[in-house]
Amino acid sequence: MTIRPVSRRAVVGGLAAAPFGLSASRVAAQGAGPIRVGELNSYGRMAAFAVPYRNAMQLAEAAINKAGGIKALGGRPLEIVFRDDGSTPGDAARVAEELVTRENVAFLCGTFLSNVGLAVADFANQRKVLFLATEPLTDALTMGSGNRYTFRVRPNTYMQTRMLVDAVKDRGVRRWAIVAPNYEYGQSAAANFKRLMAAAVPGFEVVGEQFPALGKVDAGATVGALAQTRADGLFNVLFGADLTAFVREGNTRGLFEKRTVASLLTGEPEYMIPLGDETPEGWVTTGYPWETIDTPGHREFVAAYRARFNDTPRLGSLLGYVVVHMIRDMLERAQSTETERLIGALEGLTSETIAGPVTMRALDHQSTLGAWVGETALNGRQGTMTKVRYADGAHYMFPEAEVRAARKA
Amino acid sequence: MTLLVVDRLTKHFGGVAAARDVSFTLAAGEMLAIIGPNGAGKSTTFNMVGGQLKPDSGTVTLAGAPIAGLPARAIWRSGVGRTFQVAQTFVSMTVAENVQMALVSRFGRSRSLLADARALYRDEALVLLGEVGMRPGADRPVSELAYGDVKRVELAVALASSPKLLLMDEPTAGMAPRERSGLMALTARVARQQGIGVLYTEHDMDAVFGHADRVLVLVRGEVIAAGAPEEIRANALVKQVYLGEAGARAALEARRKAVA
Amino acid sequence: MDPAFLVLQSLSGLASASSLFVIASGLTIVFGVTRIVNFAHGSFYMLGAYIAVTVVPRLLDLSYSPAAFFLGVLISALVVGLIGVAVEVLLLRRIYRVPELFQLLATFGIVLVVEDLVLKVWGPVDLAGPRAPALRHGVEIMGQRFPAYELVLIGVGPLVLGLLWLLMHRTRFGVLIRAATQDRDMVGALGVNQARLFTLTLFLGASLAGLGGALQIPRVPANSHMDLAVITDAFVVTVIGGMGSVPGAFLAALLIGQLQAFGILVFPKATLVLVFALMAVVLVVKPWGLLGRPEAGSGRVLPPEGILALRRFRPPEAALAAVAVAALLALPLLGDAYKVKVATEILIFALAAFSLQFLVGVGGLVSFGHAAYFGLGAYAAGLLVTGPLKAPMALALLAAPLAAGAGAALFGFFIVRLSGIYLAMLTLAFAQIVYAVCFQWVEVTGGDNGVVGVWPAPWAANRTVYFYLVAAVALCAILGLRRMIYAPFGYTLRAARDSATRAEAIGLGVRAHRWLAFTLAGAAAGLAGGLYAFQKGSIDPTLTAIPLSIDLLVMVLVGGIQTVMGPLVGAAFFHALKDAVMPLTEFWRLLLGLAIIATVLAFPRGLAGAADAIRGRMGRAKPAAASA
Repeated sequence: MTIRPVSRRAVVGGLAAAPFGLSASRVAAQGAGPIRVGELNSYGRMAAFAVPYRNAMQLAEAAINKAGGIKALGGRPLEIVFRDDGSTPGDAARVAEELVTRENVAFLCGTFLSNVGLAVADFANQRKVLFLATEPLTDALTMGSGNRYTFRVRPNTYMQTRMLVDAVKDRGVRRWAIVAPNYEYGQSAAANFKRLMAAAVPGFEVVGEQFPALGKVDAGATVGALAQTRADGLFNVLFGADLTAFVREGNTRGLFEKRTVASLLTGEPEYMIPLGDETPEGWVTTGYPWETIDTPGHREFVAAYRARFNDTPRLGSLLGYVVVHMIRDMLERAQSTETERLIGALEGLTSETIAGPVTMRALDHQSTLGAWVGETALNGRQGTMTKVRYADGAHYMFPEAEVRAARKA
Repeated sequence: MTLLVVDRLTKHFGGVAAARDVSFTLAAGEMLAIIGPNGAGKSTTFNMVGGQLKPDSGTVTLAGAPIAGLPARAIWRSGVGRTFQVAQTFVSMTVAENVQMALVSRFGRSRSLLADARALYRDEALVLLGEVGMRPGADRPVSELAYGDVKRVELAVALASSPKLLLMDEPTAGMAPRERSGLMALTARVARQQGIGVLYTEHDMDAVFGHADRVLVLVRGEVIAAGAPEEIRANALVKQVYLGEAGARAALEARRKAVA
Repeated sequence: MDPAFLVLQSLSGLASASSLFVIASGLTIVFGVTRIVNFAHGSFYMLGAYIAVTVVPRLLDLSYSPAAFFLGVLISALVVGLIGVAVEVLLLRRIYRVPELFQLLATFGIVLVVEDLVLKVWGPVDLAGPRAPALRHGVEIMGQRFPAYELVLIGVGPLVLGLLWLLMHRTRFGVLIRAATQDRDMVGALGVNQARLFTLTLFLGASLAGLGGALQIPRVPANSHMDLAVITDAFVVTVIGGMGSVPGAFLAALLIGQLQAFGILVFPKATLVLVFALMAVVLVVKPWGLLGRPEAGSGRVLPPEGILALRRFRPPEAALAAVAVAALLALPLLGDAYKVKVATEILIFALAAFSLQFLVGVGGLVSFGHAAYFGLGAYAAGLLVTGPLKAPMALALLAAPLAAGAGAALFGFFIVRLSGIYLAMLTLAFAQIVYAVCFQWVEVTGGDNGVVGVWPAPWAANRTVYFYLVAAVALCAILGLRRMIYAPFGYTLRAARDSATRAEAIGLGVRAHRWLAFTLAGAAAGLAGGLYAFQKGSIDPTLTAIPLSIDLLVMVLVGGIQTVMGPLVGAAFFHALKDAVMPLTEFWRLLLGLAIIATVLAFPRGLAGAADAIRGRMGRAKPAAASA
């Protein structure tokens, strides 16, 4: 056995060289040429949501540029720079920095995970860059952690919960059990539900709560524990693989029979497609039943999307399409790419979108984009929604007093 | 003066008694060899005295103080240095550093976060290495040494704490015949000079009958004989269960050489 | 409580236990024989599920029967077994001789590659599999319905256990597996074809993982997150049972199944913590798991995996170090703002990686959970400045190492009682507990959202100023730790690593010194975490999560575990690589995984080690420049 000490020369040299090995900077002045928009999202880890979203953004980008770009800025085209956010706040903050410093983008948009969205929002606040958070749901983004540089498009947890509460409050169900993934989104949805139901339904009580770990639901044990509560209503916040496992187990054990089930997001195609022919019937849910929607422009959007991507649109697709049009309207109104002008233009901006008119409320920077509320149903081997109505987000926003109290802190 | 008193040490592994009521004494400056067939309980007895094993029952008294069942480092502190059947050294260090570590420990500097370890107690370590004849190789990695030299380094490490008692488990195993007698002579000289009691096990008859003052014979965990080398060599029982005819002749030869 | 409910709940627990056992048995067998901690086992499980949702419906189209369903499941398991063989032959076989940690690293590279390949092949949408024919219904048990398929699953666990027992006791292959598990050298000594034994073992282990995945398809949709979700549970089961022990895995799976089934009734919000707390308790009480055995201390003297020899900088190296530091300090003058940001992060990770090297390379204590202390520091700093105290940044940066050091002292007290793989697993368990607390204790930690607004004090808000602050703190900390490596304390740690027996025999308390080392390294990692929090402006649970722990290990190993300063190169290389690869493609994990595997194959001693090998070769050509 021989032991040879290792050179420190290589070590030190490597360390010194590393920072210089990074790619050289590209600087495109934000004054001529395309208007660059930095879009960061979890295209890898959350591809089921982020890829349809990106598809629709590219669709909208092409349509807008074909129609002459941003007219108020001399017809400059939009150029969206897509970056993976690494699905962690640490990576996302670095990617955001890269987009701002190297890619010279006018502003940032995107993110899916709430913690990533919050980190980028805080980054935007520090660097005084506009950030249009598109998909994160956490209330904090526009409430306690809100800042003047951050705007959010998708209806937040509170709004979606409130839509469901509205839909079930008159059904005479008082004894509820709650099942939610054990992290901020699940816990805050459960808290919102309890608060709103207690105000709306006399005699409302929660007889059981289950908080399985995210992505690791032990479906058998959870269903057993919920059945044991003998609740008349069930509020579900599980989604994704957890939801599929939970629904299968619940169907077999009859958990959902003779119970009212209110379920967040289950009607979104992203979650409904994996459920397939196991989709439970009669759940009250929020979602996006694209095949039933005929607002102006929506059918054309669906047709164009299917033609280009050979796939049906998801909620992410709708959102991506809406977001790019909001961006267009903002730029037209601002007549500039300067941050302060952009903020001024976006506050109170109303866009006519394929989901209907959407206003960016100046008070909390939350858009009034709504969701479709209905009941789940089976259509052949696929789930769908019936008794659908569009719940305009404008009616479900946080009360102004609550916003003022939360954002002051 | 009696240095070490071992009284009725017993240790079981599962249902098997590896050592049963082992008792003996050792005086300062005396060399006591433990012999016996493989599995006789030599290493078990050793490890109980050195603290690597906890005895089931029995006592060990070193210079009047009870040490049985104490952890190895407490036993070291009370004055016991040792070497192992398979030499235990710090293979990522040089010869000198191995000895320096023992000195660092002796002087309570092992938690020092700032001192320069390579210079610390280096001179003292070189003196100790000089005693075992390893001074020239002081800066070689211990991993490059021949096995016999590793054993010498181990001896220097064991001596670094100025022990009252030295435990050596098969000190010459794996060494060439000439190296063996050199190491044993060296050990005996140091022991007598410094008044250290030496307890060692051996299979090599030269090492046992050439250097021991007394010999203890263990078979199946029990002491079957104890006494001066001549007595043991002549003991019929020992001859029968351990030495055999060839062994007895080798023992006789060794004794002659030693006396001559 | 209603007895029918208790029975059903316990049946649910048995069904989960059975599934868990099938997966964990493969992991434990592979570990027993090859001594590789196979992170890719979760990937095998995921592949089993994906292949099954592809194969089983086709078979059901031919014949809608339970036989067709289970045939499909078996085919999937065998296909995964063959993938395991491919992994063994193409990759693992080449690295049996490199340090064990590198093998672990390579399997983690496989995890990254498989994750992205699965996305590429099967797409991002969760794929729900078909239910088993004739087993779709619920069976009435004591007046309540219980899924028939889960009754079948309950039977599968004992069946697999029985078959494995037969294999182990009635076939030569099985006897060799048992022999290798008890003493790896013995197999070599018996003249067994080791390569074939390992290939077959990987086949068996991967098949079991694939079987576990395929059996899940009627319950859980195949999805690209299931690999890491299952691997931690499988680790827990194998560790609690005793690594290498199949009956132990069975026992542990039963225990965990029941713990989860009833634990959610008592602590509905603490599910993540429960299993890891159980693992920590078991390891503290029974250091080798329930039915495990201590590693056979065969008396061999192996070269330790870590720093082998220390020496000073030679003059050219000192000059190079000075140039490197000068170049680093001049960076804000030369590079753009983004470069400064990346360089700041590299400095922070360099400190964190160096603190890990202090444990791994010097102390021989392999931590799989070093991110816990990084995260503790970040949380302490972040919560102090944003919480009710609104503490200044300086105080927060002081608190970060203190909090992380306190955490490391608390966990380290138990951790240093173990050694080897069990020690690594206990660090993982404690890290997961920290992660679970950060993730689920929303009121205090902000849950997965974390806390934002952790920005530097006004005087340090400028990026260049903060860069210099980080550079000063990180370089001082690194130099301090380096000094300790060269001090008697560092030597004592190496001594304890080289031979704990010898160390104890010369009066060095192995545990006490390791405990102190663990605390110091934790504090240094915490300092890095505090700096990171202010750099990012936010804290969140990913700072305590397994991927970050792995990243830090990658930095240490890529840089060179045998070198003192290598981890610094590793940090720079790895972070710069990640930064360069991420914008290229959303499949950057695939590239990163391939890069890791390539590094392991090409530079089994790390980058610094490779540079030294080249230098060594040149040195032989010119004897005058021979290495000291």
